[in-house]
Amino acid sequence: MHNFEFVKPSTIAEAVKALAREDAQALSGGQTLMPTMKQRLAAPAVLVSLTGIPEMRGVCRNGDALEIGAATTHAEVAREAAAAYPALAGLAGGIGDPAVRNLGTIGGSLANNDPAACYPAAVLGSGATVVTSKREIAADDFFQGLFSTALEEGEIIISVRFPIPERAGYAKFEQPASRFALTGAFVAKYASGVRVAITGAGQDGVFRWSDGERALSASYAADALSGLSVSPDGLMADLHGTPAYRANLVKVMTQRAVRAS
Amino acid sequence: MPKDHGIGASMKRREDVRFLTGRGQYTDDVSLHGQTHAVMVRSTVAHGRIRSIDTSAAAAMPGVLAVFTGEDFKDMGGNPAGWLINSRDGTPMREPKRPVLAHGKVRHVGDAYAAVVAETYAQARDAAEQLAADTEIEELPAIVDMAAAVADSSNRVHDEIPDNLCFDWGWIEDNRAKVDEVFKSAPHVTTLELVNNRLIPNAMEPRASIGEYFPGTGDYRLTTTSQNPHLHRLLIAAFVMGIPENKLTVVAPDVGGGFGSKIYHYGEEAVVLAAAKKLGRPVRWTAERSESFISDAHGRDHVTKIELACEKDGTFLAFRTATLANVGAYLSNFSTATPTFLHGTLMAGPYKVPNIYVNVKTVFTNTVPVDAYRGAGRPEATFSLERIIDKMCRELNLDPFEVRRKNFITPDMFPYTTPVGLAYDTGNYGATLDKAMEIGDVAGFEKRRAESAKKGRLRGMGLSTWIEACGIAPSHLVGVLGSRVGLYDAATVRVNATGNISVMTGAHSHGQSHETVFAQIVAEKLGVPESAVEIVHGDTSKIPFGMGSYGSRSLAVCGVAVTKAIDKIVAKGKKIAAHMLEAAEEDISFADGKFSVAGTDKAKTFGEIAFSAYVPHNYPLETLEPGLEETAFYDPANFTFPAGAYICEVEVDPETGKVDICSFACADDFGNIMNPMVVDGQVHGGVGQGIGQALLENTSYDENGQLLTGSYMDYAMPRASDVPFYTVDYSCQTPCTHNPLGVKGCGEAGAIGSPPAVVNAVIDALHRGGLTHVKHIDMPVSPSRVWSAING
Ligand SMILES: Cc1cc2nc3c(=O)[nH]c(=O)nc-3n(C[C@H](O)[C@H](O)[C@H](O)COP(=O)(O)OP(=O)(O)OC[C@H]3O[C@@H](n4cnc5c(N)ncnc54)[C@H](O)[C@@H]3O)c2cc1C
Repeated sequence: MHNFEFVKPSTIAEAVKALAREDAQALSGGQTLMPTMKQRLAAPAVLVSLTGIPEMRGVCRNGDALEIGAATTHAEVAREAAAAYPALAGLAGGIGDPAVRNLGTIGGSLANNDPAACYPAAVLGSGATVVTSKREIAADDFFQGLFSTALEEGEIIISVRFPIPERAGYAKFEQPASRFALTGAFVAKYASGVRVAITGAGQDGVFRWSDGERALSASYAADALSGLSVSPDGLMADLHGTPAYRANLVKVMTQRAVRAS
Repeated sequence: MPKDHGIGASMKRREDVRFLTGRGQYTDDVSLHGQTHAVMVRSTVAHGRIRSIDTSAAAAMPGVLAVFTGEDFKDMGGNPAGWLINSRDGTPMREPKRPVLAHGKVRHVGDAYAAVVAETYAQARDAAEQLAADTEIEELPAIVDMAAAVADSSNRVHDEIPDNLCFDWGWIEDNRAKVDEVFKSAPHVTTLELVNNRLIPNAMEPRASIGEYFPGTGDYRLTTTSQNPHLHRLLIAAFVMGIPENKLTVVAPDVGGGFGSKIYHYGEEAVVLAAAKKLGRPVRWTAERSESFISDAHGRDHVTKIELACEKDGTFLAFRTATLANVGAYLSNFSTATPTFLHGTLMAGPYKVPNIYVNVKTVFTNTVPVDAYRGAGRPEATFSLERIIDKMCRELNLDPFEVRRKNFITPDMFPYTTPVGLAYDTGNYGATLDKAMEIGDVAGFEKRRAESAKKGRLRGMGLSTWIEACGIAPSHLVGVLGSRVGLYDAATVRVNATGNISVMTGAHSHGQSHETVFAQIVAEKLGVPESAVEIVHGDTSKIPFGMGSYGSRSLAVCGVAVTKAIDKIVAKGKKIAAHMLEAAEEDISFADGKFSVAGTDKAKTFGEIAFSAYVPHNYPLETLEPGLEETAFYDPANFTFPAGAYICEVEVDPETGKVDICSFACADDFGNIMNPMVVDGQVHGGVGQGIGQALLENTSYDENGQLLTGSYMDYAMPRASDVPFYTVDYSCQTPCTHNPLGVKGCGEAGAIGSPPAVVNAVIDALHRGGLTHVKHIDMPVSPSRVWSAING
């Protein structure tokens, strides 16, 4: 790891200012950034910690929505969202191991947009809104491919607003080594229809499975998906699975998410 | 009442107190005055010619004290292979030099070609990056696939070896024609091609070394992560650096796991010693985890075609195998023994099969060197045998339990010499099979299967009846087989004047519990409490000699050396007691810590005798030296042959291909048991590693020789949730006939016996679920492979 300067602001304004410095980078739970720095793949000059800003922490219910501060840890979401949004809490409780869950945060996960991460599925599957230091971004616009998001230079995520669904479920098939999602499906049923988001499988990261959404909107049952087949085109190939295998998992995991909801 | 101490007691591990409270002392915990830090510069390409290395910029960087390249070590000796293997045509194996640092060419990703030493680790790391940037390496096509490597003579790992072949070994060559004959006329022949997957050892503690040099005396000292400090001393002093053995001390303090990978001498050790001499300051190096992946010797990596000839009733007639074994880029110290004498000689299993022929071609590739890894050769043999036996049973619709039983060598047949050259001394394979069937509740399987089916899961049961050869010996035999070392061991038992005891053993504990178990043996034999016994290991300046710990040899060889030394202590104690008690030596007996005169109540305690030996006021000084310390060297008469039966039950999720292990029953014969709790732990760990190999661990290189599984993001290690609660039994004991403890060794059993049980169970589950088109799935039997096999 290279040397760096560490600052820990207590307001969003201070954080934004600090991030304007040359080679400054936001640090949240550090569960992605620190390993990258240890491997010397990243070498920011200034690390701006976001974990000391009160508005960026905590889970709060506002009517039909659940608002989660970007610096809220996975463990906190697992605990504090359990009543209002159990599928989301379950997803957070299934990320990594206790050490990762006690440090890693929802904001860090979304900003990183790892194609195998869990939270992007929940955010896209819920049609959530990402609130940043500049604006509000709809989930459908936020994720823009592998490790790429709509965030601009110096823009930070402040919170995420989830509309609370009637029913929802997340089913994750773990990649054997990393235990990230080899394929994970998040299903959420709203009065307006059903959303299905798939993580781990797409070459461009998280995506919505529209055939699945249509079928489930017509009939919210696992069997409603039985007749569908998923095309392997555009799905990822790696040591842990071919596109065809992932295509199978898209359907199987979506069915399991429906059953779990 | 089970015993609470001494032989056979499940005593808690005394070493755990320091390990669990953070007081262990590992190499990296050692901090020395004036120490400096080394970082290796490693190749990022699999195969390349070093065109130039400009060290000037790196050398001028802040804190940098020295920069070394292969050029600096080119006149040192090579790191040798410990076994000379001859090819079928009688020619000796090809042994390319393995330099301290790569010189001329780099031959695998991770091959170190330079080293930087600096005041701090960060400075050394910065300079290492600079050096890498200032190095010009012309990349050559990588040689990765073994079959391609031997077929293409234009591309060579070592320029002087045209076909990348180290040797072409036949075992036993004289059996070959006969075996071929049997196959021609056999009523049934089963054929199977399989891969024994390459594994990365992943010891919890990465390799580390600290070199020191004392200019006043010319002595060197190496503190390192070694399973066998004397072997390291021999290799470094005599072969590589050319310094007198008595000028080098090797210390292996607490070592956090090895599984074989820390048997071997690696270049970093010579680098830190040479650098320490040059700088006059201690030089330390600790591998990062990502370095471990690309520089610790890997394990397994065989591609085998095995054939089984049998009667229609499943009676075995012959086995024939042809294996390509990957040795990687260089010959690591045991790499030539592992695919040959630890593999080919085990190809009879526990069976009375009359004809066997084994062919092994060992191939150089641009990959990390491959060497012995927990089980070493024996898992490969067991996997081939147990998989093809299962396949044959399916083809002939025979019961896999009964077929094995029918072919077992029976207790009345011992000693039994196999067609592949081993002489099994004792065993009862039918008994362990019965026991496994009992503790694995084979009778209740159908009910459990029906339960699984209700959940949409396919349940299967797999069996493996395995044997291994441990405590590699005797020296005269291994010498005939090509070993360049003897495989005896040594121990010193030092009874101090105040009656407590230091035992210096050549075994090295890096997880095996020697400090506890050896103390139990000494306590039992001398009638003293365990707390009075200290086990000293891992320091060539303190222990007489030793070949270390691997091959499940610690107890069966080193432990026996301890008991031999104890016998000498007792014999001397009797002489002292006879003098003090004014009795004839023949009338003295020793039991429960007391020397007594037969038929009288006259006795001296062990402590009194020890005291007298050191304060010899009333002592036979004319005929007996004072002091009470004895050394014994022990060279076993034969290997030991642990054996057992493993039954694994799995559930397969047909929708995802995921395999869950539901239960795992182990019935082992390890001979006599010294500490059941420790044996449980060894079996649990071994089976866990075997399950890792069977289901999870995949070492994958791409066609450019880049390691795709170079971190835990892609290399899948078994975790607690991947393994079941094991059912372990070792009551079917047939004590080893040729060592006085009657022990056989248990360290590798789990890793040897379990992989085929797991894979057999998966295939069984698929067949019972009607998916009979799946004949075999290569390890690791990952979800995607299972799913592809089902749908393929
Ligand atoms: C062993 C292990 C297992 C894991 N398993 C899983 C898993 O199963 N599923 C899963 O989804 N994830 C998993 N993760 C990833 C984990 O969830 C990380 O915590 C997460 O991806 C990053 O969050 P963080 O708070 O640690 O972010 P950091 O590492 O601090 O930051 C990550 C990136 O986001 C940027 N950033 C952070 N916060 C903000 C913000 N508020 N606004 C803008 N940019 C920001 C940083 O600058 C950096 O580029 C695992 C990680 C580890 C180490």
